[in-house]
Amino acid sequence: MSPIKGINLQKIRQEADSEWKTLNQGGKPRILVGSATCGRAAGALEVLKAFKRELAERKITAVLTEVGCVGLCYLEPIVGIQKSGYPLVLYQKVSPQKVTELVEKWLQGNDPCPEYALGKIEGESLNGIPNLFELPMLASQVRIVLKNCGFIDPKKIKEYIANKGYQGLEKTLEMKPKEVIEELRRAGLRGRGGAGFPTWRKWEICRDSPANPKYLICNADEGDPGAFMNRSLIEGDPHALLEGILIAGYTIGAAQAYIYIRAEYPLAVERLELAIRQLGDYGLLGKGILGSDFSFSISIKKGAGAFVCGEETALISSIEGKRGMPRPRPPFPAVAGLWGKPTVINNVETLATLPHILRNGANWYSQYGTPTNKGTKTFALAGKVERTGLIEVPLGISLREIVYDIGGGIPNGNEFKAVQTGGPSGGCLPAAHLDLPVDYESLVEAGSIMGSGGMIVMDERTCAVDIARYFLSFTQKESCGKCVPCRVGTKRMLEILERVTQGEGDLEDLENLDTLAETVKNSSLCGLGQTAPNPVLTTLKYFRQEYEAHIVERRCPAGVCKQLIAYSIDPEKCTGCEACKKTCPVQAISGEKKGPHSINQEICTKCGNCYEICKFGAVIIQ
Amino acid sequence: MQRKVEEVLLNHKKERSELILVLQEVQGRFGYISQEAVGQVADHLKLSQSEVFGVATFFSQFRFTKPGRHTVKVCSGTACHVRGGARVLDFVQDELKLKPGGTTQDGRFSLERIACFGCCALAPVVVIDDDVYGKITPSKLKNILGKYG
Repeated sequence: MSPIKGINLQKIRQEADSEWKTLNQGGKPRILVGSATCGRAAGALEVLKAFKRELAERKITAVLTEVGCVGLCYLEPIVGIQKSGYPLVLYQKVSPQKVTELVEKWLQGNDPCPEYALGKIEGESLNGIPNLFELPMLASQVRIVLKNCGFIDPKKIKEYIANKGYQGLEKTLEMKPKEVIEELRRAGLRGRGGAGFPTWRKWEICRDSPANPKYLICNADEGDPGAFMNRSLIEGDPHALLEGILIAGYTIGAAQAYIYIRAEYPLAVERLELAIRQLGDYGLLGKGILGSDFSFSISIKKGAGAFVCGEETALISSIEGKRGMPRPRPPFPAVAGLWGKPTVINNVETLATLPHILRNGANWYSQYGTPTNKGTKTFALAGKVERTGLIEVPLGISLREIVYDIGGGIPNGNEFKAVQTGGPSGGCLPAAHLDLPVDYESLVEAGSIMGSGGMIVMDERTCAVDIARYFLSFTQKESCGKCVPCRVGTKRMLEILERVTQGEGDLEDLENLDTLAETVKNSSLCGLGQTAPNPVLTTLKYFRQEYEAHIVERRCPAGVCKQLIAYSIDPEKCTGCEACKKTCPVQAISGEKKGPHSINQEICTKCGNCYEICKFGAVIIQ
Repeated sequence: MQRKVEEVLLNHKKERSELILVLQEVQGRFGYISQEAVGQVADHLKLSQSEVFGVATFFSQFRFTKPGRHTVKVCSGTACHVRGGARVLDFVQDELKLKPGGTTQDGRFSLERIACFGCCALAPVVVIDDDVYGKITPSKLKNILGKYG
């Protein structure tokens, strides 16, 4: 295909720019309500309703917009208010009551309510409200992929275009595919699904394969439990992904792309469907895009819930309408993939990074990260950490900076124990590895993997053996059953881990576990089996004494494994407030008001409710 | 029901790649995939019933019994597990006398265990029908369940 001349979005861009200008400087206040799935769970829709009601009652005209997630999930619901002539201010933990105050004091009055404010975006100083991007959790982040999330209306293509959207595509279409591949090689982008294979190389193999047609698949089957980067990105900025898909499709010579997305993400699917329709309306999809000879279409395929479908050959089987089981590679999908044709499968984040690289150039992109691990990576930071959320950091940053500077450390003054990267395919890294740089090679060397970006922090109240058992029970259930090492090996490993957590293990079990784990790792057919032992191997390596405590002392040091713990009440500390008595679902707690309470061990189901609710530290775990 | 399944099938080409989509639509319409529906889908796509059933049972989304009026979905993602999700699941199982995949005898609740909703910052998470509840504890959930008749 020759470079396409004459495509320009000039007219649309002019319209988009002027509308964006009116939106921001037109005199009407602009209100942004973060209502991605996570925001909604925190009550964003009630906040939205409250704004509608307040604005109507007070007869204020304002532009009320639902936006995606800025990534500060622990402060949801988050609302941004831009009053004409003032900077955009983000407010945290907004409730319907706060909405009334914000409308009254700021929209109608002169008080920007700094007590509720989180930060402002650029602009002049405003009642001491700090700059958002200078706050500790954002200062060391570099937002490239997440740039628009939370700031533009994901339902409006023009807002994306006004923020330099589709400029990367325009540039791409002026280049020969070979030049695009070269640009990408210089940028050093590696697969953000976790394996880190150079993206340009995958494209080149596919492009050079003689067979036609070629296909592009976007892997949005974000199956790792504890990972939500792709969901957030699609909900907040779907056009970034679509632009990336168009760039990739043009370069590899495909005319059809599939987005394989989990059915558990209904809002993300809805946003994508709308965005695809908008592309069609603007002539950016379909036959002869903008009068050129480049034709392209994008279809959505909803996954039906199988973790193994994150593996590319299994994903292909699933699109073909078969059981999602992997097959041996080679041939790699880039040579023989969907319906036997050359197919490139790229992760959502990889694709959404492309517009930025093409627009700003390889030199710009490679200034971030390290020489072998260029650019940024998004992570879903969750678990026992103060500031949970979605972050984007330059590769090479240390785990410590992520957990402490960005994440704010461990809540309740507890001790850091481990950080888990890569979900069920990754490992748990202890405090001794906190200064490890986050790059593909260093994480593998330490026994974990980069993975797609789940990062779960664990504290002293997390049991290493229980975590290994948890991940194994997941991979065992998700094992497709095709190859023996994975099907039988994960089952046997899980049985051993269950014995240990129930206090029935012996030391020989640990030897067997080690052997089994190595065997499954080395002999399984696909990535699922090859990486499933990682949580076991890393916990055995870094937390062996904890395994031994379960086996030798029949004790769970973290106080998690039910069979090995008992709850009781310290009569000295108990004030007799009856909070535990009221919360106990099985009425196992007795005692008079203002007198010490006690727990009947025979009835207690060890649900831990009393432990959570007691404000005096009187409930103890033995 | 037979005729309604046919209505779904009419909108789809007779190609194998349509299979999962067809099954999703059948389930979306009826809440589950009945044995008869498997037969009709197989006829339409010119596949054997065992092939259709094989694909349907492979994926965790599909169910083969009628669901309850409300579906309680407990997230068992990593963040939820670390923050007490397992205790929440134990509680629901005891409270409703149900195992994941089952339905209460009065047809009021079905229970499902979900790999991850991706709302990890709000862990532990429970979704009832389309309502998302974050930072759930067994005692909070007890009150919430009461709202669903």
